[in-house]
Amino acid sequence: MSARFQARLWVAQRVTAMILAFCVVVHLATIILAVRGGLTAAEILARTQGSMAWGAFYSTFVVAVAIHGGIGLRTIGIEWLGMGRAAGWVAALVSASLVALGLRAVVAVVA
Amino acid sequence: MEVKVWRGDATGRFESFEVPRQPSQTVLDVVTHIQRHLDPTLSYRFACRVGMCGSCAMTVNGTPRWTCRTHVDKVAAAGRLEIAPLANLPVVKDLVADMREFFDKWARAKGQLTPTRTRADEFAVVDPGSPARREADAGIECIGCGVCYAACDVVKWNRDYLGPAALNRAWTLVNDARDGGQSARLHAVAGDAGCHSCHTMMSCTEHCPKHLSPTRSIAGLKRATWSLPPEGEKP
Amino acid sequence: MVHRVTGIALALFLPAHFWLLASALQGEAALEGKLRWTEQPLVVAGEWLLVIALAAHLAGGLRVLALEFLPWRDWQKTLAALAAGFALAAGLAFALAR
Repeated sequence: MSARFQARLWVAQRVTAMILAFCVVVHLATIILAVRGGLTAAEILARTQGSMAWGAFYSTFVVAVAIHGGIGLRTIGIEWLGMGRAAGWVAALVSASLVALGLRAVVAVVA
Repeated sequence: MEVKVWRGDATGRFESFEVPRQPSQTVLDVVTHIQRHLDPTLSYRFACRVGMCGSCAMTVNGTPRWTCRTHVDKVAAAGRLEIAPLANLPVVKDLVADMREFFDKWARAKGQLTPTRTRADEFAVVDPGSPARREADAGIECIGCGVCYAACDVVKWNRDYLGPAALNRAWTLVNDARDGGQSARLHAVAGDAGCHSCHTMMSCTEHCPKHLSPTRSIAGLKRATWSLPPEGEKP
Repeated sequence: MVHRVTGIALALFLPAHFWLLASALQGEAALEGKLRWTEQPLVVAGEWLLVIALAAHLAGGLRVLALEFLPWRDWQKTLAALAAGFALAAGLAFALAR
């Protein structure tokens, strides 16, 4: 847990933040446009199935979110839950779970 | 006017005093009146009483302020005043806080100049208009009053966090052309105890009586430490 | 503080979101079934809150990035107000679109 590692975490947090800023805007716009007149599974899948572009987009989104959220949760663990070094490991676990669940969902709608 | 004043140490309680209102009265006037006329056992700190030294910093109605520069009219709208010692620091007695950890952290952040010349050398020539010097000058007026430290939520949540004042001073030295200890300093201010724990909530900047911006300085430190070499190597 | 609380809310919400979408692995009908469930008023309200939370977290994040990376300007302190405004606007757009 050196200062160097923590500085790297900070960089990762900011870089993923910038990636996510882009992804979130796209995602929000898509939601708002898609939700007009109701939402059906057919509509969603029509957009995403077989699309390499959406697959790539959402995979990037998932990985960036897992990293960004994980680092944020680590900070909360240290500052609010008094977890000390364990916070890092718990956060890493959460990150890994998010990546697994998320990529599974991406496969589900793109395959 | 009813005034509640903290008595004792961390296990103490608030005590009420009835203090006459005066025109242009400051909170320091109130505390002094209590100690001189109502209860001589009250302990508190002050020195210049004109807003230059920062010794009189206390928590007034929940906010850290310089009591000599806080007019009662401005803060006791409902006719009630509550005075406590500066937050985030151990209480010695009544309104006196133990500032040791504040200054220890200053030292841990390498908040002192590492000289590179001796008296036998020529004077260092520093251009006051250079970007680095301007950055340093923006934060150089800090007198170590502790108000920012008391206002900071991260200081409250993270025992090791060096705090806005120490980091602000470190930044002024990072920008000091005469200093030779940059590598050690950048390592000292990085990480969970240092600049990376700042969440940019800006309580420090909001409360600083000298209108400094530690947030700005800490942002500078974050940029300066983004790629830290292993300890011992030059940045 | 808003930034932190919305972050927690989003982090808690994501596994559920992923799980629901992954039900498409069982075929379109499975996903459709779950989507119908989400049309209950409570869920709709929850989604609306989440959209606002997302917009607020994004706005707060942009403010932090601006403060940390851009040359310092005094008006950056009012970015907090702009952040809140943006969050509200996004929420309204979402609510109206339904």
